[in-house]
Amino acid sequence: MDSKQLYQEVILDHNKKPRNWGRLADPSHRAEGVNPLCGDHIWITLKVDGSNIAELAFEGESCAICKASASMMTTNVKGKSVEQAERMVQDFRDMATGRLDTAQQPHQLGRLTVFAGVKDLPSRVKCAILPWHTLHAAFHNEQSASTEGDADPMGLPAVKLADE
Amino acid sequence: MSTSNLARLVSETQGALQPEGFDLARVRADFPILRGQVNGKPLAYLDNGASSQMPQQVIDRLIRYRTSEHANIHRGVHYLSETATAAYEGARRKVQKFINAAEEREVIYTRGTTDAVNLVMHGYGRAFIGEGDEIIVSQLEHHSNIVPWQMLRDEKGCVLRVIPCNDAGELQLDEYAALFNDRTKLVAVTHVANALGTVNPIKQMIATAHRHGVPVLVDGAQAVPHLRVDVRDLDCDFYCFSGHKMFGPTGIGILYVKAALLERMQPYQGGGDMILSVSFEKTTYNVIPHKFEAGTPPIAAGIGLGAAVDYLEDIGMENIAAWEHELLRYATEQVSRLEGVRIIGTAKDKAAVLSFTVPGVHPHDVGTVLNEEGVAVRTGHHCAQPVMQRFCIPATVRASFAFYNTFAEIDQLVAGLRRVQKMFG
Repeated sequence: MDSKQLYQEVILDHNKKPRNWGRLADPSHRAEGVNPLCGDHIWITLKVDGSNIAELAFEGESCAICKASASMMTTNVKGKSVEQAERMVQDFRDMATGRLDTAQQPHQLGRLTVFAGVKDLPSRVKCAILPWHTLHAAFHNEQSASTEGDADPMGLPAVKLADE
Repeated sequence: MSTSNLARLVSETQGALQPEGFDLARVRADFPILRGQVNGKPLAYLDNGASSQMPQQVIDRLIRYRTSEHANIHRGVHYLSETATAAYEGARRKVQKFINAAEEREVIYTRGTTDAVNLVMHGYGRAFIGEGDEIIVSQLEHHSNIVPWQMLRDEKGCVLRVIPCNDAGELQLDEYAALFNDRTKLVAVTHVANALGTVNPIKQMIATAHRHGVPVLVDGAQAVPHLRVDVRDLDCDFYCFSGHKMFGPTGIGILYVKAALLERMQPYQGGGDMILSVSFEKTTYNVIPHKFEAGTPPIAAGIGLGAAVDYLEDIGMENIAAWEHELLRYATEQVSRLEGVRIIGTAKDKAAVLSFTVPGVHPHDVGTVLNEEGVAVRTGHHCAQPVMQRFCIPATVRASFAFYNTFAEIDQLVAGLRRVQKMFG
């Protein structure tokens, strides 16, 4: 895996100038996402109008992969239905964990395939997935999401990556 | 000649300032993995604090054992069992001499440093530390020298007291001295801080504790590979370290304990090899150190550790310390020049560890880009979250050096960091 491939211009740009940054004053849904291992920590607020995502915003502290993933997620799911967004959550998760080959199989991800390279960097998969987990948690009115325990996309005990 | 010219010269000549009797090129040739490439770039392995590499001499010893010497130890009367026992016990004697322990039976094999600390928690802590008693730890500890004592606290109701460190990452010795009272039962402190590289003045700290009649456990995982450790000179009561950080195999470590203390401790695990006789009415424990070594141990790893000790003795700990001092000096100088980079841990006495942050870039992004350049560093909290909290940062990038590292590898690190700054600038 070439990280030049992972850190493509579009990712670096979203990291530098995250879109939809902040918190909505009057959200219908919200959730907090934490990756305790690397300290990624984001908040997502959104307004669902009928079945459509009218507005959403995020903020937090994280690595570039997590921030760019969150930023691009907001631009890609805005205006879509909750159902469409949930399908994207599933596709993104499958792509990042190597279960979906976006070059061969149909998917809903559009330009989000720039994150496909993360599947070759197991220690960074969670960084990319966290915003999507958090969005999913917000839809289900769960107040928080994590990349650990039952929600671990790698299916590994959390401590595995923290140990020296 | 200016410092930078000198540095360049050393970089080009691969060690003009090498200590006498130390041949860097020859030493590097002993480590096959260092000839490897990562992402098409020569590997610069700067993650020795997490785990070090094995020289061919250790690898060969492991192969020889597995090829022609393996059997279970301490029980068979046959040739292979006796050969394996002699090699395994011979390695214990090598370790004893290496750390200058008074007696062989003071050297206990463990699975590693973490296991050694846990052995002391169970064998000493649970027997002799009770409700309201106090254990002193430091702010610089690895989680493995914090969590076992918290488990004891939760079980017994004892209290943890913490020696604070200053902005340079040095323990504040006046505050340390003030922590003692008549309830203090143990000091558990690291020799070299894994996240920052601070070398603590443990000889002095041990003397302070002994004036109060308090025994001291030293976490030596980051010290033994880099400086001469003499447990009798230090006068420590417990000293713990790991094989895989000192160019030996994983799965093996050492707990040194003064014999008098060891005799009083309760066994950690029950099982075979740690007993003299067993009936359903009564079990008589084996003598030390075997009382603390239940079950079949990682025999090959123990023998490999002995080979690693031989290797280190052959190179000389003084040579190792001298060359690593040069590496730290050069790396500190070069990394400091990068705009905005903040070095975390600037103690006067440091082992060859350079922890730092790059402003505006998360350490994991730094690590991923450095990996692309063939540079292996550790990023994260280094299992020392209290240290990160002290410096108000979530994580650092840590380059940790060994005697086989070169100035050229440091240049490779610095070039990688320049690329990071350019990418995220």
